[in-house]
Amino acid sequence: MTERTSPLSALDRPNSYIGRAVPRPNLGRLLEGRGQYVSDISLPRMAHVVFVRSPYAHARIVSIDAADARKGKGVVAVVTGAELANVCTPWVGVLTHLKGLKSPPQHAIAVDRACWVGEAVAAVVAASRAEAEDAAARVLVEYEELPVTADMDDALAAGAAPIHPDFGDNIAFERRLDVGEVDAAFAQADAVAEAEFVFARHTGVTLEARSIVADWNPGEQRLTVYQGTQAPHMMQNIIARHLGLAEAQVRVLCKDVGGSFGIKVHVYADDMATVALSKLLKRPVKHVADRVESFLTDIHARDHRCKGRVAVRKDGTILAFEIDDRTGIGPYSVYPRTSAIEANQVVNLVGGPYAVKNYRARARVAFQNKNVTCQYRAVGHPIACSVTEGLVDRAAAAIGMDPVEIRRRNLLPDDCYPAESAAGMKFEALSHHAALEKILAMMDYEALRAEQARLREQGVYRGVGIASFIEVTNPSAAFYGVGGARISSQDGAAVRLDASGAIVCQTSITEQGQGSEAIIAQVVATAVGAPLERVRVILGDTDNVPYGGGTWASRGAGIGGEAAWRAGRALRDNILSVAAAILQTEAAALDIAGGEIVDAEGHARIGLDEIARIAYFRPDTLPPDFQAELIATRHYAPRKFPFAFTNGVQAASIEVDVRTGFVKLLRHWVVEDCGRVINPQLVDEQIRGGVVQGLGAALFEHCRYDERGQMLNANMADYLVPMAGEMPDIEVAHVETPTQESELGAKGAGEAGTAGAAAAVANAVNDALAPFGAVISEIPLTPELVLRAIGAIS
Amino acid sequence: MKAPEFDYARPASLDEALRLLADGGEDARVIAGGQSLVPALNLRLAAPPVVVDIGGLDPLRGIEAVGDGLRIGALVRHAELARSALVAARCPLLTQAIAHVAHPAIRNRGTFGGSLAQADPAAELPACALALDAIMIVASRSGERRVAAQDFFRGVYETALAAGEILVAVEIPALGADRRFGFAEFSRRRGDFAIVGVAAAATKSGGRLASPRIAFFGTGDRPQLARAAAAALDGAANDTNTRKAAREKLAADLDPVEDSTASRAMRLHLAGEALEQAIDALWREAA
Amino acid sequence: MSARRIRISLEVNGEPVEAEVAPRQHLADFLRETLGLTGTHIGCEHGVCGACGVRLDGAVVRACLTLAAQADGGAVETIEGVSDSGEIADLQAAFEKRNALQCGYCTPAMLLSAQELLLENAAPSREEIRDHLSGNYCRCTGYHAIVDAVEETARQRRGGPA
Ligand SMILES: Cc1cc2nc3c(=O)[nH]c(=O)nc-3n(C[C@H](O)[C@H](O)[C@H](O)COP(=O)(O)OP(=O)(O)OC[C@H]3O[C@@H](n4cnc5c(N)ncnc54)[C@H](O)[C@@H]3O)c2cc1C
Ligand code: FES
Ligand code: FES
Repeated sequence: MTERTSPLSALDRPNSYIGRAVPRPNLGRLLEGRGQYVSDISLPRMAHVVFVRSPYAHARIVSIDAADARKGKGVVAVVTGAELANVCTPWVGVLTHLKGLKSPPQHAIAVDRACWVGEAVAAVVAASRAEAEDAAARVLVEYEELPVTADMDDALAAGAAPIHPDFGDNIAFERRLDVGEVDAAFAQADAVAEAEFVFARHTGVTLEARSIVADWNPGEQRLTVYQGTQAPHMMQNIIARHLGLAEAQVRVLCKDVGGSFGIKVHVYADDMATVALSKLLKRPVKHVADRVESFLTDIHARDHRCKGRVAVRKDGTILAFEIDDRTGIGPYSVYPRTSAIEANQVVNLVGGPYAVKNYRARARVAFQNKNVTCQYRAVGHPIACSVTEGLVDRAAAAIGMDPVEIRRRNLLPDDCYPAESAAGMKFEALSHHAALEKILAMMDYEALRAEQARLREQGVYRGVGIASFIEVTNPSAAFYGVGGARISSQDGAAVRLDASGAIVCQTSITEQGQGSEAIIAQVVATAVGAPLERVRVILGDTDNVPYGGGTWASRGAGIGGEAAWRAGRALRDNILSVAAAILQTEAAALDIAGGEIVDAEGHARIGLDEIARIAYFRPDTLPPDFQAELIATRHYAPRKFPFAFTNGVQAASIEVDVRTGFVKLLRHWVVEDCGRVINPQLVDEQIRGGVVQGLGAALFEHCRYDERGQMLNANMADYLVPMAGEMPDIEVAHVETPTQESELGAKGAGEAGTAGAAAAVANAVNDALAPFGAVISEIPLTPELVLRAIGAIS
Repeated sequence: MKAPEFDYARPASLDEALRLLADGGEDARVIAGGQSLVPALNLRLAAPPVVVDIGGLDPLRGIEAVGDGLRIGALVRHAELARSALVAARCPLLTQAIAHVAHPAIRNRGTFGGSLAQADPAAELPACALALDAIMIVASRSGERRVAAQDFFRGVYETALAAGEILVAVEIPALGADRRFGFAEFSRRRGDFAIVGVAAAATKSGGRLASPRIAFFGTGDRPQLARAAAAALDGAANDTNTRKAAREKLAADLDPVEDSTASRAMRLHLAGEALEQAIDALWREAA
Repeated sequence: MSARRIRISLEVNGEPVEAEVAPRQHLADFLRETLGLTGTHIGCEHGVCGACGVRLDGAVVRACLTLAAQADGGAVETIEGVSDSGEIADLQAAFEKRNALQCGYCTPAMLLSAQELLLENAAPSREEIRDHLSGNYCRCTGYHAIVDAVEETARQRRGGPA
């Protein structure tokens, strides 16, 4: 199902691994239970930390009495925020390019005030987790309750008491954008559709919770941190900075990670406290969040309310979009990526797939007494996509046009690139129409419509929903670097020929299941000309890999892969120089294929093992002025575009049981264009996993809070994640428009699935409910919401 | 999330178990399959000083025919109940219901007695026991007593079991060849506790359904018999008016409370839908 | 007598094990911390996620909801055991081929649950596969690939072409 639009290149060599579904080298150990996740790590003298957490959403810490807890069996120490502040300095989660963003200093452990339920107020370190929990229950904390502002609209209301009095209000960040002639466009419209879209708070629920083991060795004056993180170098920098160490004193190691999705790319107070405690106590300290702690302290996401309007002409031309988005981010902007990015992305992305000139947007980001929110898979995209696609469907309904037809008439034409959206997003090349036509064929749109009509007569309500989207991938320094964060937008790879003729690649990207190891191995094997089995990839260790950003924001393959490609090509050139010296010929007349140096006719002349043997053990036989260099290092950062935008479209077929309100997901389709597909299976599975996260948001997931700021469902029985029984099969296909910016041409694919899934389902549900005149603008789409919308209950 | 400390014993006889429980005092707890108790321990929602593991008590095992009825040992695991041909033949309501209880791995450990003793208001088996007019056989140091299902469930996680008592077995009375069953439940995901569900039984008598017993779960603090709805169905024919009348009575039978999963209106509505599905099933079976 | 420490003897992956445990310790912690069998994972410790699945006396159970003391006299099999014995080599190969795991954290228990199904039902439908795995949470894959891999293994075991 793949269309290649690029000419033949080095990537299309006969024995290229690019574009093939090769097995992932790390699966063998994971399948046998021999992975090494941080939660599996145990070190000599290791102690466990448990945090005493605030039961109040907002309270002054009057006193902490740890005397009784200190007597507990196995207890090593009980440490308060004030004590830990001597070891670890506080941080402020702002970026300079997000103008006006403010946030107060946050400590590893609250010093005098707790601002959400679950914020740590003391740490108990003991010989075992169980003993630490026993003692934690014996720490007596006296609180004075303070007024709670839980709801974002209460926080934003005029005259609302500021959570952080110094700021004067609860607005952490506000952005406005006004492009074109929005008022005039609405005045000229034949129809205007509007809605307020509500997105529940949800969270990542990685199956392995956040885990960290910190080991300060005073003898070496070095801190070794084992952490399930997406960005080891970022953590190295931040830990060093706040503990007053040099970066060289901090090593961050990250082997197997039990899921991340953005959850594990942030700086958590618990993690900083754990490293600080190791330094304070001079021994290894481990913290593995339990599931309740995960719900209370892992970053949450979404929690947006977005008013939207669209202006449309009778012929289907969309004239303008206007949105007003509010979100609540908890009491702090999360360090170092900030909690304003999601709202900022909503402003950037609404209307993005469409050729619409007039756009007005406003986003307000509020402080509140709930857990913090920050970047989780597809940051801002699901909101922007649901708002845009929800409005487009409503516009179509308003003028009586088929939802597909209105998209055909307004999606940016496939031949218009380079192009720019109303919000100023720059598109190198997208394929909205090709993707739309492809998905319509896959799903047999006409047949689905016919079936829908037939079943409706029998009282069966099916719906079809479509959602086109754009996705930010391969971010350049424009994302974080320009705002002053030491978050690298470049990645590095070092590729070498070892003494046996095998290839080793050290890369700065990380693996949390996406298949980074496999992708890098494929790229390097192809670039060098070595068999895949002879390539080993090393990652996740700041002592042993080049400096780089890691794996997040759909950047691993596009940026890390490109660095590996270039390093592999450079090594190939170096190897050929050695071969030329040995064979007394020109390097240009040689190539490497299948691990052999071959001549122009493809005849094998000498193996990589023999090259290595001579270069490493018999350099005396090489020409006197020749030095073999069998390692090559390259770095890569995208520079031409701030982001490599990708595009795609999703479609959902659902059935609503109008008697019970239950929505059944029948089938789901995705066509997406992530540029060059390095490994089609990995891309497809990224998409499928991402879609199901979006489907969870569409139907199930919701961090429910009461007005006192108590989370009501902080456990896995009550927070509903998508399980196998309710999820549909998902068909995936591709259009390939490689980016010309890199040699590989790969863009990202990690978030596309999540970006559009909820929008497609919401549109499908509203399509199914059309005979009832019901329209729902809220997710999750619970049975109760459906029954209320159709008037079955009130 | 680790359980608090407790003492543990695994007695080899019922007498010893009863003695250990008595010695353990008010807060001593029995553990059977552990599928409800252990989560509560791990979450530190329960902190018993002593846990008495009844897993070794053979007399509490097994499913037997007793006359035309059934005796189901308290330690019969959900998976065993699900596979039992005897249960499928004599009491298909339980076979149907058990498929809705949790997931395979939990059914492999969870026990019949444990589920009844746990008395979760949203659980399937207590409602089945009520619909089937089951008798709980309860042992204590002072002997054995029999408690009707109707008197057994007392509130959220509350039963007639006193401290020191053990549920030994459950008797399902002879149901008669013409007894028919209907079961329906609505839960968000497979294996989740129900939002609302119903277990129903009625006797096929000519073209009518007689003596219906309709037990709801998820509608209150315990499984509840819908008596008015049952009365509306008793002896009536299979028509829309009866169905409608029965459904309307639910507002009198049930008084669900709003909680964070569903409003009162939602629960009442779903109870009505469940009732209609159960009535359909009763008639289907009666055909 | 009830006690704070309990001596247990059981079989783990075919080997006899004797240990003294605290009654509060669940089987998952016992396997992971005392025996170093870290292939059994922990995702919630309240019975919902399914990551801790192990076989106890032949049936897959939640190790986080089973006290180590309750396993006294029993036979436990973990992912390490069924891997070493080769019992599920074909299923593992199908998972690998289909990329039915991403982070791999759910995988050990997912494999055990899938094997349990395949032993009971040689030709499960996709729906039956989804139903049997309905208590095993996977955040990464979206389940489709897992269902494919289980379906494919069943087909091969019935003698279908590899
Ligand atoms: C994720 C998950 C989902 C679930 N979903 C459902 C569901 O959908 N429907 C449902 O019904 N259940 C569900 N359950 C609960 C499950 O069915 C339990 O197995 C059952 O409720 C308790 O049985 P047990 O043998 O495990 O009891 P235990 O956990 O051992 O005991 C439960 C309680 O009963 C007491 N007890 C147990 N046996 C006796 C006895 N013989 N005499 C006196 N007291 C006794 C114990 O002291 C304890 O208080 C679920 C559980 C989990 C973890
Ligand atoms: S850890 Fe046992 S079910 Fe989640
Ligand atoms: S592969 Fe990550 S949870 Fe299943």
